Amino acid sequence: MTQERILVIGGGVAGMQAAAALREEGFEPFIIEKEKAAGGHVARWDRLFPTQLRAQEVIDRLSAGAEGIGSATGCEIVSVLPEADGVTAIAADGQRFEGRAAVVATGFDLFDARFKEEYGYGMYENVVTSAELERMFREGRVAMRSGEAPKRVAILHCVGSRDEKVGQNHCSKVCCITGIKQAIELTEAVPGVQVTNFYMDLRAFGNGYEELYRRSQVEHGVTYVRGRISEAGETLDKRIQLKVEDTLVGRPLRLTVDMLVLLVGMRAPGCCSSFGLPTQENGFFAPRDPYVETVASPVRGIYLAGTATGPKTIGETVNEALAVARRIKRDLAK
Amino acid sequence: MDFGFTINAPRAIYLDKMDPVLRDRVIARERTTLLCIGCGSCTATCTAGQFTPFSLRKVQHLVRRGEYETAKKSLKDCMLCGKCRMVCPRGVNTRAVIHVLLEIL
Repeated sequence: MTQERILVIGGGVAGMQAAAALREEGFEPFIIEKEKAAGGHVARWDRLFPTQLRAQEVIDRLSAGAEGIGSATGCEIVSVLPEADGVTAIAADGQRFEGRAAVVATGFDLFDARFKEEYGYGMYENVVTSAELERMFREGRVAMRSGEAPKRVAILHCVGSRDEKVGQNHCSKVCCITGIKQAIELTEAVPGVQVTNFYMDLRAFGNGYEELYRRSQVEHGVTYVRGRISEAGETLDKRIQLKVEDTLVGRPLRLTVDMLVLLVGMRAPGCCSSFGLPTQENGFFAPRDPYVETVASPVRGIYLAGTATGPKTIGETVNEALAVARRIKRDLAK
Repeated sequence: MDFGFTINAPRAIYLDKMDPVLRDRVIARERTTLLCIGCGSCTATCTAGQFTPFSLRKVQHLVRRGEYETAKKSLKDCMLCGKCRMVCPRGVNTRAVIHVLLEIL
């Protein structure tokens, strides 16, 4: 049986889908997850762009598909070594896992907004990240620290993305549409709230994204200002004062809001440097090539799926997870 | 005779007729000017921009389009404090760009 065992490192969307697909291809997948439960970032989200489907529905479907597959949780892999006839993954606690091949589905880390000190995250109580806003949506209560509902909210795009000051030159791809989605949801959660999104470029590239953008403007009255906030300050009454240039009007603009939401981007997690696999300029794992070898690493026996190779949507991640199983099947048959 | 109407000069930027010499000289001296995507961070944080129409974002774009005179007139408002350098997400060496512009334009 060990001959057919495939290690799946990471139990998020990519890992669960890859494991399910590997089993369908006749392998014995084994999921190794560092958290106590599978589900990854998506399990912590409320609703998903572009249709506002409950994130839990996606997790439930993927979990159902991965039902009965062997797994280890609370187990963080620190290195993956190619062997003559397989792969060995070593955990932080010294445990060793052996497989015929391994799928690295280790995903991403959210950018730590404290690095952008000028926005005051961690210092000003009403500056929150998009992930924290999502938790408020899940709990059914959007509120400032004082407990009051905000009357005016600003959403800042590209926090920890496209920013050489924090070493993240890449675009995180999903934040623009997340900002649009969250702006709409704020207007739904807090009647009468004014939402303003501050952006450098709005990249609504996917199916249904531009439609959602239009709807946010015409149906929900979301305002978009083309300008990147250069700094935020806290007022005496704990509101947030923003300094920005309205680049389309060509004048500096000041705005005081009750809450500032930072759309934090995706960054390469620590394992991207510790696994010993080649990486790209953005820090994420490098595929063998970005055209027809997107789910294979340059190292024999080690495969990649999902955001391990860079920012991706859930749909793209699921596709890669399906592709990686097929790819492993083909390679091992040789 | 006054017929009550006038003829306005065309406002368009004629890129076909633009003289690129100064622009290219600026780029050759400080290539990071090419990285500007016009996000406005520099202008938002600019000390001079609070009280004057000075905008480095605009100046860089004027130079790109060959509008040197307008750019040059605007430069006098800059106090060279360098705050813009600290906020630029694209790593434009803003202060160096201004020095080069002051020298070349």
